[in-house]
Amino acid sequence: MSAHGYEAALHGITGVRGVRGAMVVTGADGLVVAESLMEGIKGTAVAALAASLATRLGRAMEAGGVGSDVFWHLQAERGALLVVPARSGMLIVAVADPGVNAGLVRLELLRAAESVA
Amino acid sequence: MADDIKLLSAQLAQDPHSLVFVRLGELLRQKRQFDLAQRVATNGLERHPHLADAHDLLARIQADRHDYEHAFDEWDMTLRIAPRHTGALKGLAFLYFKVGDLAQAESHLREAKKIDPDDPAVDQALAMVRGGVPAGERPSTEVVPVSPEVAEPIPEERVFAGLEGAQEGLLLLDAAGQVLGGALRSADGRDATQAVAAYLAGVSQEAGRTAKLLGLGGWVGLSAEGPRGNVHLTPPTNDALLLVVRDRSVPMGRLAVIAQRASLIARRWLEQQA
Repeated sequence: MSAHGYEAALHGITGVRGVRGAMVVTGADGLVVAESLMEGIKGTAVAALAASLATRLGRAMEAGGVGSDVFWHLQAERGALLVVPARSGMLIVAVADPGVNAGLVRLELLRAAESVA
Repeated sequence: MADDIKLLSAQLAQDPHSLVFVRLGELLRQKRQFDLAQRVATNGLERHPHLADAHDLLARIQADRHDYEHAFDEWDMTLRIAPRHTGALKGLAFLYFKVGDLAQAESHLREAKKIDPDDPAVDQALAMVRGGVPAGERPSTEVVPVSPEVAEPIPEERVFAGLEGAQEGLLLLDAAGQVLGGALRSADGRDATQAVAAYLAGVSQEAGRTAKLLGLGGWVGLSAEGPRGNVHLTPPTNDALLLVVRDRSVPMGRLAVIAQRASLIARRWLEQQA
């Protein structure tokens, strides 16, 4: 898939009200493959942190016997990070406002993950 | 350059065995994104451990980070793989020059000049070395002492007494990953408490760091779905972490409610221990 193809996969996510941006990130390295972010969001930082957190969380979940994560949602005081790993090893990442419809973002992330798998 | 990085990142994502990681790492190094550059180089080396250019790339990144000892090792490895690698010869000359060993620096540069007589950078470096300007900056070998103190686990087994799943799906940890209360069993009945606790300390720190660096404020919770269960993490205090695990029949929203209740109990218990 081309970089444009990856960017197209993000349109559904960024269309959800309260989503500040979305990215496709390599899970192993935390590199940005495609991004659609509002001004002020540091894509490279989001990518690196999301990948690092995904790796650590994945290890903990495997050790706990619940298997690799299929969706995770970090809730913070002023926003949220929502992530779905694709089968290819890439991560589909959304940065959102605290009150975002997380269920809807989850669906769009899963859809995007299918298209980049 | 940013477009090139995205393009190469996409190529590498599609084919993790591709050698484009060398160019990608070099571009990231030039942009001074050293963490990323080093990760790309290290991951690439895991797949191509005998690629001289990859060792040379990692050495240049480490030299840029003033990690001269590791840079030396990597350039040394480069030359073992490819004895005529001029990048490594110049790199080692640079390191010898940095520590004031001008004879070794000149020897490596002369070797590089034999291989590539038209490289103007070698001529410039030779002129500098023969001018005898020692850099004098030695790599630091200071080692941070590790404290022998280890947090003692608090001998209290009934933090969550009365709560559903207290001994199979609730876990309270301190910041170092030491179990304070509760226990965790996997679906096959295996005790997973210690293994999960060890990994969760890193998750907690990374969640806090992620939220803070992204300007999202303090983190309040982390929910995750797995194929065989759902988990919810929350910090009842700044120095503790609570994990709730349930099978997939418990929806994420309900899991968050269970976690909030357990978090309240854990906070009270921690205050009593203080």
